[in-house]
Amino acid sequence: MLTIADHQFESRLFTGTGKFATAQTMLDAVGASESQLVTLAVKRLDLNTGSDNILKPLIDSGVKLLPNTAGARNVKEALFAAHLSREMLGTNWIKLEIHPDPKYLMPDPIETLEAARILCEQGYVVLPYVHADPVLCRRLEEVGCAAVMPLGSPIGSNQGLASEPFLKIIIEQAKVPVIVDAGIGAPSQATHAMELGADAVLVNTAIASSRDPVTMGRCFAQAVNTGRQAYIAGLGAVSHQAHNTSPLTGFLND
Amino acid sequence: MSFVDVFKKLSRSELKLRLYSSTAADVECAMQKPSGDVDSLLALLSPAAEPFLEQMAQQAVALTRQRFGASIGMYIPLYLSNLCANECDYCGFTMSNKIKRKTLTDSEIKDEMRSIKSMGYDSILLVSGEHESKVGVPYFKQVLPLITEQFSHVAMEVQPLEEQDYRELVAEGLDAVMLYQETYNPVTYSEHHTRGKKKDFGYRLESPDRVARAGVDKIGLGVLLGLDDWRLDALLMGHHLDYMEKTYWRSRYSISLPRLRPCTGGVTPKVELTDKGLVQMICAFRLFNQQLEISLSTRETPKLRDNLFTLGVTNVSAGSSTQPGGYVEPNTELDQFEISDERSPQVVANAMLERGLNPVWKDWESGW
Ligand code: SF4
Repeated sequence: MLTIADHQFESRLFTGTGKFATAQTMLDAVGASESQLVTLAVKRLDLNTGSDNILKPLIDSGVKLLPNTAGARNVKEALFAAHLSREMLGTNWIKLEIHPDPKYLMPDPIETLEAARILCEQGYVVLPYVHADPVLCRRLEEVGCAAVMPLGSPIGSNQGLASEPFLKIIIEQAKVPVIVDAGIGAPSQATHAMELGADAVLVNTAIASSRDPVTMGRCFAQAVNTGRQAYIAGLGAVSHQAHNTSPLTGFLND
Repeated sequence: MSFVDVFKKLSRSELKLRLYSSTAADVECAMQKPSGDVDSLLALLSPAAEPFLEQMAQQAVALTRQRFGASIGMYIPLYLSNLCANECDYCGFTMSNKIKRKTLTDSEIKDEMRSIKSMGYDSILLVSGEHESKVGVPYFKQVLPLITEQFSHVAMEVQPLEEQDYRELVAEGLDAVMLYQETYNPVTYSEHHTRGKKKDFGYRLESPDRVARAGVDKIGLGVLLGLDDWRLDALLMGHHLDYMEKTYWRSRYSISLPRLRPCTGGVTPKVELTDKGLVQMICAFRLFNQQLEISLSTRETPKLRDNLFTLGVTNVSAGSSTQPGGYVEPNTELDQFEISDERSPQVVANAMLERGLNPVWKDWESGW
């Protein structure tokens, strides 16, 4: 079981709602992935109609909604999105995303830390999307974030865990759950993230842009589960060097 | 929140059971993902790890050289006072011991420093018995400016203080605080600490939290090996270290692994830690934490020390005297405990150079 704030999840695969061809495909893919936490952009919610075609079935399916502030370029816009989502969706959970750069959507560490600090003070359960920066993750933890969401590689790029050396440090140091977000493009990459000890992964593009999103959702469910089980079981030794002599500890026998 | 809260949730009996039922497979697994994982540390400290000692040593040396290069930091203790208001049955300074008591005056400190400087040292560890009223914060505040004038790195091993006191001492140039729990077994702890403020296990246990909050650059944890089951004590110290590093990540950490030594009127070790066990501990901690500084005092014999220099330790003392005023006027009657390596710092440094290691006399320059 994964615990974030006061909520428990059986599935360690979090999914997104963007880029699907139809709302129904999205719902079917999410169902097949067995994901219990689904993120959606506050900016995409239709304030007039309430985006009922996505929202209602999602809510009915029992998944937990994680509104995100995607599209926010600074603290002010992120706070506005968070406040709006609390009002519209009745949740104090927020995935904090601030990216002033429209090309690669690189998260802004300075604005993110400040927005996280304010939102935590205001009682939000904050899950910030950040670069795989170990120091930043520690500082976000200090201001009260419930989890950290470092990227594997540029968002939507399907490049996998390009940030692996830094993810390892973050996982080693974190006292809150580490959710690898962005860049995971194949189930094998999700498995690898889980084998490294990540607490969960968030996958959107890889499922949504697949030829068969429902099957791909199911594949990711299995992949995440396998990676987690492997992590718990403990990976075996890569190689065994034979040591006939004891050059370093031989003195103990003298 | 402090380590005391974390400690309360740890079950000694469960950890002990896991330690002694670890298997070779657990150890192999731990050697695959050593860094920062307390469960891996458990396996590496277990009896099951003994057949893997040479492999652990190979890995420990590689990791140490990767992180610290060939450098070994040289430090020396300066005993300020042997006054103590506590009763600890393993220590020569214990209150009821009828020994001559002495607290260094400013001019005696200057003489001692001159002697230490002439040995080449620039990094110093100030030590005193725990006597709050006579050797307390006002005394430390008076002494520190004298010391910082001469030494670029100043550490302290004295009684636990309040957060604000540490803060004020940091402002006076204090770089590091060594505060050893002695044992993480509260029952054994109370058997050995029978009088004085040190009796309070919990206050001591949460002291590193106060040190860290005050912004001390380096914090030293330690257990006195021989008081209790060393595997379990070491494991709990590992938990303490893990908590400290994760909570106060701006500080550096060191550990010290002193084995109980003979002293005036002292107890004999309840549990003997062999050389092999000591090597296992050093290697286990290095695999657990690559950044950790590991200190080695003159309690150990020259032969063992020479072998340990290459095995993962990073900070070494030499030429130490464990009595106030002992560098200028040696008088073994005042010793806290007997030392085993009586070689001069230069001889020890040469032993390091012969092994391809570089003794470093200046640790760091604080203040900029
Ligand atoms: S160990 Fe410390 S507190 Fe205990 S008697 Fe010795 S100097 Fe005093």
